[in-house]
Amino acid sequence: MTQPLKYLKESPSQTAGPYVHIGCTPNFTGIEIYGGDLGTSMKRGPVKGQEITIKGTVFDGMGAALKDAMVEIWQPDAAGLFPSANETRGQADPNFTGWGRSPGDMDTGEFIFETVKPGAVPWPDGRMQAPHITAWVVARGINIGLHTRIYFEDEAEANAADPILTRLEHQSRVPTLLAKSEGDNVYRFDVWLQGPNETIFFDI
Amino acid sequence: MSIPNKPPAIGGFIPRDRSWQPDALTPGYKTSVKRSPQAALLSFPTTLSEETSPILGHQMLGELDNDLIHNFAQPGESAIGPRIVVHGRVLDENGRGIPNTLVEFWQANAGGRYRHKKETYLAALDPNFGGCGRTITGEDGSYEFRTIMPGPYPWPNGMNDWRPAHIHFSIFGHGFAQRLITQMYFQGDPLIPLCPIVGVLKSQEAIDALTAPLDMNRTVPMDSLAYKFDMVLRGRRQTYFENRKEGM
Repeated sequence: MTQPLKYLKESPSQTAGPYVHIGCTPNFTGIEIYGGDLGTSMKRGPVKGQEITIKGTVFDGMGAALKDAMVEIWQPDAAGLFPSANETRGQADPNFTGWGRSPGDMDTGEFIFETVKPGAVPWPDGRMQAPHITAWVVARGINIGLHTRIYFEDEAEANAADPILTRLEHQSRVPTLLAKSEGDNVYRFDVWLQGPNETIFFDI
Repeated sequence: MSIPNKPPAIGGFIPRDRSWQPDALTPGYKTSVKRSPQAALLSFPTTLSEETSPILGHQMLGELDNDLIHNFAQPGESAIGPRIVVHGRVLDENGRGIPNTLVEFWQANAGGRYRHKKETYLAALDPNFGGCGRTITGEDGSYEFRTIMPGPYPWPNGMNDWRPAHIHFSIFGHGFAQRLITQMYFQGDPLIPLCPIVGVLKSQEAIDALTAPLDMNRTVPMDSLAYKFDMVLRGRRQTYFENRKEGM
């Protein structure tokens, strides 16, 4: 016998279920409470940097759009600083929250985030990563929240040097992580849970 | 490299134990079949993107946000159902309380009915029950809210599947890598071992980790029963030998 290690086990995940919106975006479902839903706006006032819109839809393995998903994004400001208590490198833009939450459109499932293009953030060894946004998808039928990243197709030079994008075994899947410009500062990032275009999801 | 005579630095998050967490594809829970990624997940150590998280503080809370008996009720009225207190702590894998983090919860009413336009169960709505609440953990990671006991309900999966009584939880932690949604079940519920969603859990130990015991010490006499539910989020490594530049 040895001494017990006594670490705790992470709580097991369970699906967010069909009614995640009641808990996380209740006003969206018609439950008027809290003075509004959290994460609806990522800006408290004028923000620094390039303001962009990210739109997308979550699709299942049959190509059907999910209408009961919730997508959250988390990102640094235009200078690459996180509006977080754990940010030690400087003060992020005080008018930018860095965090957005979207229940998707009630009829189409399309999610929309009004945000800023993120600045670059270093990899642990000091190399710069390409600008990216962390995304997290939950829904009925998803047993544990899916992490992915939104990179930008129009950041080709930074993407070509990114520590994660460059080490992917199947380079043909890299485009599943790239938001594509639709002009006028609008980007599209669809999420495919399954199938030939399955998005790369992260164990992180 | 010399070992400085000072407390160890904080490293990245401890990798998630995928052998403990449910798989994406769990055919007994039918909806997972076409909503489960089939490629292997891409593993890499956490970076600043996962080691930071949004600031969601006490100042946003309303007085009744953690009182589901009253936060949707008409003045002077209250939700119908057995009155309960749910309390516990949010901890990390190292056993430390996680302070100042947002906890959101939602549930069906006492009849097993959710307040949602896509909900089709014939049980009655309670006009005084919305079904959602939120709070922020205290300095030791503790949280508490008041609600009514949710009812079990049938759902379309097999021909006769029922959800045990449960409360959904959404928790943030201090790094986005800790983000978690889960469900709490109630001690002694005979529907727990029959439920296909509970069935995605890989061991009795995992089911037990989501089953709250009756806690008579926290009941309010002549008022409310109480259940205790601790939640554990991923912890961070501690090491002298962190191969990182300062501040990263």
